Amino acid sequence: MAKVAVATRSPALAGKSVGGQGVSLKVLEPASRMSLRARPAAKAALSKALGVSLPEKPKTTTTKGGRSALWLGPDEWLVIDEAGGDPLADCASVKGLHSAVDVSHRNVAIAVTGPNAAATINAGCPQDLSLDAFPVGAASRTVLGKVEMVLLRTGEDAFRIECWRSFSDYVYGFLSEAARDG
Amino acid sequence: MLLIHCPYCEEERPELEFRNAGEAHIARSTDIAAESDEDFEKFFFIRSNPKGVIFERWRHIHGCARFFNAARDTITDRFLLTYKAGEPKPDISKLSSEHGPAAWANRPPDQLNVKPKAKRSTKGEA
Repeated sequence: MAKVAVATRSPALAGKSVGGQGVSLKVLEPASRMSLRARPAAKAALSKALGVSLPEKPKTTTTKGGRSALWLGPDEWLVIDEAGGDPLADCASVKGLHSAVDVSHRNVAIAVTGPNAAATINAGCPQDLSLDAFPVGAASRTVLGKVEMVLLRTGEDAFRIECWRSFSDYVYGFLSEAARDG
Repeated sequence: MLLIHCPYCEEERPELEFRNAGEAHIARSTDIAAESDEDFEKFFFIRSNPKGVIFERWRHIHGCARFFNAARDTITDRFLLTYKAGEPKPDISKLSSEHGPAAWANRPPDQLNVKPKAKRSTKGEA
């Protein structure tokens, strides 16, 4: 009888963590993510369907019930759902012209927490991460070392880094070294 | 690090997030098939490459990913201003000053070593 092969998904860097001087790194659980692009006309309907209003101001986020919408560009958002919901299915009924792509497994999320979190990220990120320039809830696509990432400030000394899966090894190694230097 | 003002992100961001995308305000002919070879060459290959202020396209590739236009001084690398793509070419005559290295280098060669006349008041001189 033919043997049935069952594919099991193995997340990149699953469960890894580093504790250093004033900063700790933790690879977060898989989450649902959606890359959303839409014109202003479809925005209200999409916000209603998703349950979070899509932010209009640059570098801002709205979060509601485990679901966050991050402003990436004037017509582009990254929606992250950590509560087990399916943002793509929620958008399916919206009539307005939009593009919604599931990128859940494209990204790996790493939490950087502790009083030295900003300094650790600044080892490879050129943005001003002071609380005035990058307050809690601020989010932006930017660079870390030689790769691109999406940075979200979840607390005064807590960040969430979203990087592409194939870059995750580099990002994690880079942050580990930066945490050790701190 | 150079800070560039992104008109879409509405703030200054580090240059590492940006890419240059060539000269701005080069319009493609609406009837490209009717273009003569010389006109097409001008449109496609020939760029002004000035020593001084140039209008360029830039892309905030590791940020909002949008293209925008900028007026930059190629000598000092100073961005005079940035504005959204599709907006008309702004008047920068008031922004660029007559002094400084850029103005100096834009002089014709025979005037390079001529010092500007000092403004001196003649009143009260003996």
